[in-house]
This record gives sequence, structure tokens and C-alpha cells, in this order.
Amino acid sequence: MIDLIAQHPIYAALIALGTLSIVFGGILGFAAVKFKVEGDPIVEQLDNLLPQTQCGQCGYPGCKPYAEAIANGDAINKCPPGGQATINTIAALLDVEAPSLDAEHGAELDIPRVAVIREDECIGCTKCIQACPMDAILGAAKQMHTVIADECTGCDLCVEPCPTDCIDMVPLETTLSEWKWNLPEPSKNVAMNLIASDKHPHRAEHGESNKGEAA
Amino acid sequence: MSYNVSSVRKVFDIPGGVHPPESKEQSLQLPLGPVLLPQRVVLPLSQHIGAPAKAIVAVGEKVRTGQLIAEPQGLFSVGLHASISGTVSAIEDRPIPHTSGMNAECIVIESDGLDEWVALDECEDYTALERDALMAKIRTAGLAGMGGAGFPSAIKLNPRADDKIDTLIINGTECEPYITADDTLMREQADAVIQGTLLLAHLLGAPSTVLIGVEDNKPTAITALKKAAAAIEGECNIEIVDFPTKYPSGGEKQLIQILTGIEVGSGDVPASLGIVCHNVGTAVAAWEAVRYGRPLISRITTVVGEALDTQRNIEVRIGTLISEVLEQNGFNADEAARLIMGGPMMGFALQDAGVPIVKTSNCILAPSKQELPEPPPAQACIRCGMCAEACPASLLPQQLFWYSQSEDYDRLQAHNLMDCIECGACSFVCPSNIPLVQYYRASKGAIKQAAVDKQKSDRSRERFEFRQARLDKAEAEKEAKRQARKQAAAEAKKLAAEKKEQELLQPTIAPVAAVPIPAAVDPEAEKAKLERALSSAQNRLDKAHERLDDAEPERRDKMAARVKEAELKVLDAQKKLEQFNTADNNDPVAAAIARAKAKASLPPHAKLTSSIEALKKRMTIAADKLSSAKTEGAATVDALQAGLDKMQGKIAKLQQELIDLGPEPAVEATVKEDTTPDPAAAAIERAKAKAAASANMSPADKLHDQITSIEKRIAKTAEKVAVARAEGSSTADALQLGLDKMTAKLDKARADLGELAPQVQPESAQNVDSAPEPDAASAAIAKAKAKAAATANMLPEEKLRDQIRSMQTRIEKTTVKVTAARAEGSDITDALQLGLDKMTAKLEKAKSELAELSN
Repeated sequence: MIDLIAQHPIYAALIALGTLSIVFGGILGFAAVKFKVEGDPIVEQLDNLLPQTQCGQCGYPGCKPYAEAIANGDAINKCPPGGQATINTIAALLDVEAPSLDAEHGAELDIPRVAVIREDECIGCTKCIQACPMDAILGAAKQMHTVIADECTGCDLCVEPCPTDCIDMVPLETTLSEWKWNLPEPSKNVAMNLIASDKHPHRAEHGESNKGEAA
Repeated sequence: MSYNVSSVRKVFDIPGGVHPPESKEQSLQLPLGPVLLPQRVVLPLSQHIGAPAKAIVAVGEKVRTGQLIAEPQGLFSVGLHASISGTVSAIEDRPIPHTSGMNAECIVIESDGLDEWVALDECEDYTALERDALMAKIRTAGLAGMGGAGFPSAIKLNPRADDKIDTLIINGTECEPYITADDTLMREQADAVIQGTLLLAHLLGAPSTVLIGVEDNKPTAITALKKAAAAIEGECNIEIVDFPTKYPSGGEKQLIQILTGIEVGSGDVPASLGIVCHNVGTAVAAWEAVRYGRPLISRITTVVGEALDTQRNIEVRIGTLISEVLEQNGFNADEAARLIMGGPMMGFALQDAGVPIVKTSNCILAPSKQELPEPPPAQACIRCGMCAEACPASLLPQQLFWYSQSEDYDRLQAHNLMDCIECGACSFVCPSNIPLVQYYRASKGAIKQAAVDKQKSDRSRERFEFRQARLDKAEAEKEAKRQARKQAAAEAKKLAAEKKEQELLQPTIAPVAAVPIPAAVDPEAEKAKLERALSSAQNRLDKAHERLDDAEPERRDKMAARVKEAELKVLDAQKKLEQFNTADNNDPVAAAIARAKAKASLPPHAKLTSSIEALKKRMTIAADKLSSAKTEGAATVDALQAGLDKMQGKIAKLQQELIDLGPEPAVEATVKEDTTPDPAAAAIERAKAKAAASANMSPADKLHDQITSIEKRIAKTAEKVAVARAEGSSTADALQLGLDKMTAKLDKARADLGELAPQVQPESAQNVDSAPEPDAASAAIAKAKAKAAATANMLPEEKLRDQIRSMQTRIEKTTVKVTAARAEGSDITDALQLGLDKMTAKLEKAKSELAELSN
């Protein structure tokens, strides 16, 4: 046997490769069973990126359904509360080109808003309570309702059902603790990242046409 | 007291760092300025990191200097004291010194010009006090880090129990250009600095190493400190360490690295390494708070810049408006480029001079346009790498810059943006004048915001999912209730319908119809069934064989028995199949009927002919036998010959009959058939009778039959077994097995019969009585009898259990009935209810009995 292998190294190679493939096949098979992934991880990841306002502006009844829809190939630019930042992160996750927000589903708000009930106009109909996906409205039948501002995601869903139109969407004011620096002026950015000769595109065109005339 | 003046401590270097023009001389020309008593102070409630303090005074209230006017909210907060005496004129949002230029809640005090102090709690010897009492003094004094960040000092002095502090570092570095507040403090109040250091060391449990780190560009301060330290009586282990000037050695982590060589890792706090670091200003404030009971109401601030007539350090009350300070130092607004709070490297531009000095305000810089010109426009990053060389935190500023521009927060975090101390060294060295630190600050803010948003969205998701689950649950409950109602209604309806039906059907019910007529068997299906049985039996046999081969020796016997059993089964199945194949119908009775019918249907003529044919066949066979016997000379020749003769006579007779029949075949034949007792017809009659009998037989009778036949077979098999045993045949075991099986069958059949017997009885009773209502009552009686028979052999405990179980089912049934009756308003409701009550009582009794028994 050993003589045979010594004389024909190809057998040694075949045996070695065969053994290796069996061993690694076994390991892979074991791993496939042992570390089996439950559920669809991409949906979870997408759901994590979405802003969880549950506003339904995308046309789905909540963020998770939209995440599932994206996983099944829907467009990623239907989430106005998330805005361009969310689109970008989702695009990075899915490794696709980031489109701009689909205006059909609404515009991105630069300032987050919360619902505020004008309490003396509230008749206590509980319609907004039923509409709120966050359980952020407190109240009972024929009692005044109020919004728990910390829990409100500004989804707008309570405004529509209100029979007395006493719910306002109020922009949230930035407090001192929430304040943050802005990036330096973007116009300067553009200028400083251009090569000097590229700064005046029209001049370059002009030069080209001159050349053409000369020719 | 012995103090080693020539410090020999080894100092370390930090990576990066820059050497900007120090510009510290101009503010040091004059001594510490006089205390200005402002006409009005504006005291922001949040001058520190953490939760804002909560005002405890009302507008219009008279306050004295040093009075607590706002108390800390929670542990991570700092109180606030009135810095002048006077009246609280407003508690409202005012502009505060913050990079955002935003407003925040402030307490405004109008001075009465008297500067009346509250009674101060002085303390000659703090070592006599408990640590808790000392900590309380510091906590109520409103101490926040004086270096610039405003970290609540009490928290730093109260390290976690598992962090053993062995090094206290007092930071007198003051590395930023222009600022000389700490330098002045050390020069003017060196004793207080040393006393404060000793106090902090005492509070931290006397760490083995106590260092005061001062850059070597402050020789006067160093000398003063050393002198003060030398003057201390008793034990003093304070080391005053000077080290080369370099920006930013004053950062906490940088100073620790310089003095100890220990690098505080990313995300670590110095306390976890046993190191605590305080500013000299904090040490002095702590000393004053403990020794004199004086809260933090004033601080030393550098007022510097070429736009001022007087550049110097002043001791100023907290809350004094900057515009007031500037005015008193000859501020020239036209010359000034801008106003900066803090130094030129890390300070921020003030949008308004109407903001107050706060606890962290170490410098007000009012530079002229020549002194600190507007930064030239930023140019493209050329990747020179000078920022990376300058970075004291060993980061990659150019990479951070690119990622900040593209708002790539993941990569920024991967490149440790959060470890940036925003010292501005990178911006300082950048040849393209890129405001790098602003990018980092913006990105840091965005990352923090994203984290907050994430937290909020997670909470939103949780709430949403919880709500969803709640709604689903409510819906499910509703649905379940609906279903239950529906079912109850359906049951009530069914009960009503059954009742009606019974009333209609009762007179016409045929009592005997109880015995079901066996359904006609489809021969094809039957055959398929048999074939299946055969194949499965064979499979089992194969398996048994396999197992036998594999079995261990001790189990082999069992296995062998199993194999034999399987073999028998296979044989049985084969036999059955054969029977089925040979007979069109496997019912022997029906087959006999068919054969007899076939015979009877033949005309007499044909019948005779066929008889003759048959006889002739038998005769030829007999003749053959006879001839062979003759050739062998056997003794049976005569007998065979006689039989042959007989047969010949019979044939002759039959032929004669046939001849007689000849002239009138059809009519006579029918007449004959009618009149003569034809054996075929008799056979038909018998078979029919048997079939009818078996059809009419009650299951009990059938079982009786079965039992007798099985008994017969058992007897036969027993005989066979005996024979086989005697012969030592190999089939003995198999036969024995078969015998056992048969016995089992017999037992079963007997048991079945036992069960049947009581059931049959009421039926027969019905037959006899032809009772108009052979209803549930009699069936119940029968059941009860059967049970009685069954339970006769049971243990008393089991009996009781059984009873209880049955009673429970009955109670349940009755309850349903009662509700149905109630729903219908039926008049039997009361009766039912009574029965139900009785049953419940019985059940209780049975239960108690059972309990007694089991005890």
C-alpha cells in the first residue's frame, strides 16, 4: 500500500483531498444544523434602521411590514420620517444605489414634531387613542385626552380621526442638551475639494470651443 | 517637615502635540485684579455636566451672598449659590455662554450693594470630621470642575468601591495659550492649593502618590507651590512635578500619561486605573468650602486680548455679565475681531457679550483683528499627514475628516472618533486651514443623536409591538367568546331537534334493527387487502430475521419466537389469499349455495349426462388403479374390482334413466324437480338456512359459535403439538405459538361475550316487551350493569375513581342540558336542576369516600 502510494503520488493526493473534503463537509454540515439562523435576519436589520414611527406613510401598516416589503424587493425610498439618512443606511446595507426620497409618500421634516391636543377643545371621543400606534395618548371616554410627548413619534395618525380638529403637530424645540454642532458650510466644502482647474467648468468649455474654431 | 525640593520624578512624553505661541505674558503683568461687585448677576441653572439644578427661591425673594438658590437634581448635578446679596428679580431663560448661543433658565439677582453673607460654617480641623460630613460640605458647596468641562467634583471624589485610588493628580498645567488663571491662582494662593490638595488626598483615602503637575513655563507658580509645600507642618507627600511645555498636556488623559506613563484607554475612566485628577481651582474651591464654609461663588478669570486696555486676571463673582467685565477693562469693540470664551484653541466664540461668567469660565479673550485674524478659507486636504503627527490621541484626523464629510458614522466610530479630545492641534497644523475640529464635533453630535434616536425608535418599536400584541389578544378573546356562544347555541338547537325527532320516530322504531347487517364486501378490495396483509407479514418476517441476526444471545429466544410468529402470519395470509383466489367468494356458505344452485339449474337431461360423465371418469381412474394393482399383485385388487363393478352398474342405471327421460325431456323434468326431494335443492335449502341463521344470529351467538370453533381448533392443535413434540419435530415450537395465540383469541372472544351479554339482555327484553320507549333509560341500565360486571373485579379505590369520573361527565352533560332547557324555557328545567344537584351531592360523597380510602 505504502509502496503503491510512494510510486504514485497522485493516489496520496487523491486520498488526502478526499479525506479533507469528507472532514470539512462534515464540519460544514454540522455547522449548518447547529448554527441555523432562525427567521430572516435582513428583515430584522432593516427594521432596526427604520425610524419606528409606525406612521404608515410608506403604504404599509408599520415599519416591520415595510422592512419585509423591502426585503422582498420594494423600493427603499418610501420613508419620509427616516429621510435621506435612513435611505442611505438601507442602501449601504443592501449594497444598492441610494435613491432620493419618493415625494409621493411625503416630504422629510427637518424638525421632528409631536402631537399636542388643545385640551379645552377635546370632547373625549377616544378616536385619537385608537389611532395612536404608540399608545402615546392618555385619556378615557368623555374625559380630556393628552399626548405623552416623550412617546409621540409625530406620525400624524391621530390628527385625521379627531372630530374637533383639536390636535396640532408642533415642531419640537431643540434643547440645550440636544444641541449639536453643524458641519462647516457645505458651499465651502464643494469649493475646497475641487482641483483648481475644475473650479470654473464654463471657462473650460469656452476653451474647448476656441480650440474647435482654431481647428 | 522634610520636603525634597529637587523633584527627581521621571516624566513621560505624549504622542503628537503642538507648540503654539504662548501669549501668556500680557495677562501676567498686573496682579490679580480687585473683586468687582456687579449690580446684577445672571446665574444659569446648568453650569456643569449633568442635570440642571432646580431653583428653590422665588422671584422677589431676598437672598444673601453664599445662599443656596438652586439645589442639585439627583446625584449627577450641582447646586447653585447666590454670588451677591440682593433680590431675585427673575427666573427665566437668558442667553448663556454656550457654543449654541441658546438661552437657558437662569436666576437673576439684583444687588443691594451690601454683599451680606450667610453665616458660614467654618472648620478648623477637617481631619476631625467624618468623611461623610466632609463630602456633604463639598457637595453643598456647588463644586464643579474648574478646568473647563464642569464635571461635578463630588462624583470624582467618590470613586466606586472597587476602584482603589493610589494616585491623586492636581492639574496646574494650563497648557492653552493666553490663559493664566490657574497660574495666577498658584502664584497668589499657593497655600490654598497645597491645603486643597491635602484635603482631596484625605477624601480619597490618602493615596500613596500625590502630584501637582505644572508646565515648566510657569516657574513662579512652581516656586510658590514648592515653598508652600515646604511650609506645611507634619507629613506631606505632595510632589510638585514640572514638565516641558507642550499643547495639550493639560488634558486629563495626557497629563496622566505624562506624570505616570500610564495610558488611559479608550472608554476607560482614570478612576478604574486608580488615578483621580482635579484642577488646581477645584482644589482651592474645595479647601475654601471645607475650611471656611464658603461655596463656589467666584473664580479667577483671565481677561486678555489686544482689544482691551487692561489685560489681567480678575477674581470675579459667578454670574457677572461679560459685557460688564469687558467694560471695566477698557474693551474696544471696534478693534475686536470677536469674543472668545476659553482659549484660542478650544474656546468658542460668543455671539453676545450679555452672557454671564460661569463656573467654568477661565478666560475671556477679546483679540484684535491683527492678533487673531479670521481663518483663511479652507482648501483641499492634501493628505500631508501633519494632523496625524500632531494628534495627542494618536488618531487619524485626515481619515476622520473624510468620513465626517461623507457622514459615514460607522467608519468614524471604527476610527475612534469618540476618543478625540477636540484639542484643535490638527486644525492648528493644517496647511489647508481645514476646520477639522468642527467636523469632528458635528460628527460626534450626529453620532450621539443617532444613538438617542435609536434608543427612542427601539422604545417605539417595543411599545408598538406591545400594543399589537394587546390588540391581538383582545381580538382572540372576543373570537373565543363568540365561538363559545355559537357552540352553545348550536348544541341547544341540536338538543331540541333530537328531542323532536325522538318524539316523531319512537312508535316506528324496529327494536331488532340493532344488529347491523354486514356490508357487502367488494371482492377486489378484499383481495387487495389480503395481498397487503401478506406483503406486510412478509416484511415483518424479514425484519424479524434481521433482528434475530443482530440480537444479543439473551434476547435471541424472544426474537426466534417472534420470527416464528411472523412466519405463521405469512402462512396464514398466503392461505387466505389462496382461498380467495380459488373461490370467487371467500364465504363458504355462499360458495356452497352457488355450487348447489348451479347444479339445480341444470335440466334433468343434462344433469344425468354430467353424472354419467363423472362416473365414467371415476371408472377409468379406478380401472387404471385396478390394472396397476393387478400388475403388482396387491391384496386390494378384489376390492377395486368390486368398486369398478358397482360403478359400472350405476352408469348402466343412469343411462337407462336417461333413455327413459328421452321422449319428454322438458316438462317431466320440471315436474320431477318440483315433486322429488332433489339433494341439490336440499343443499340450497340448508345453505340458505345457515346464511339466514348467521344473519339473524345476535353477536353473542356469533361469538358463541366462534368460541366453540376456536376451542375445537385448540384441541386439534394441542394434539398436533403433542405429536410433534413426541416426534421431536421442528414445528413443535411454531405450533405451540399458534396454540398460545388461539388461546388468547379464545380469551378475547370470551371477554367480548361477557361484555355483550348485558347489552343483549335489554334488547331481548325489548323484544319481549316491545316497549314503546326503549330509550336512553334502558340503555343506561344496560351500561350500568355492564359496568357493575366490570367493576366487580376492581379495587374499591379504582371503583370510586371510575364512579367519580363518570359522574363528572354526567354532571357536565346535565349542566349543558340544563342551560339548553333554560334557554328554551322548557318546563323540565327544574327536574333537571334537581337531578344535577343530586348528582353533585353524590360526586361529593364519592370524593370524600375516595379521600378516606386513600388515607
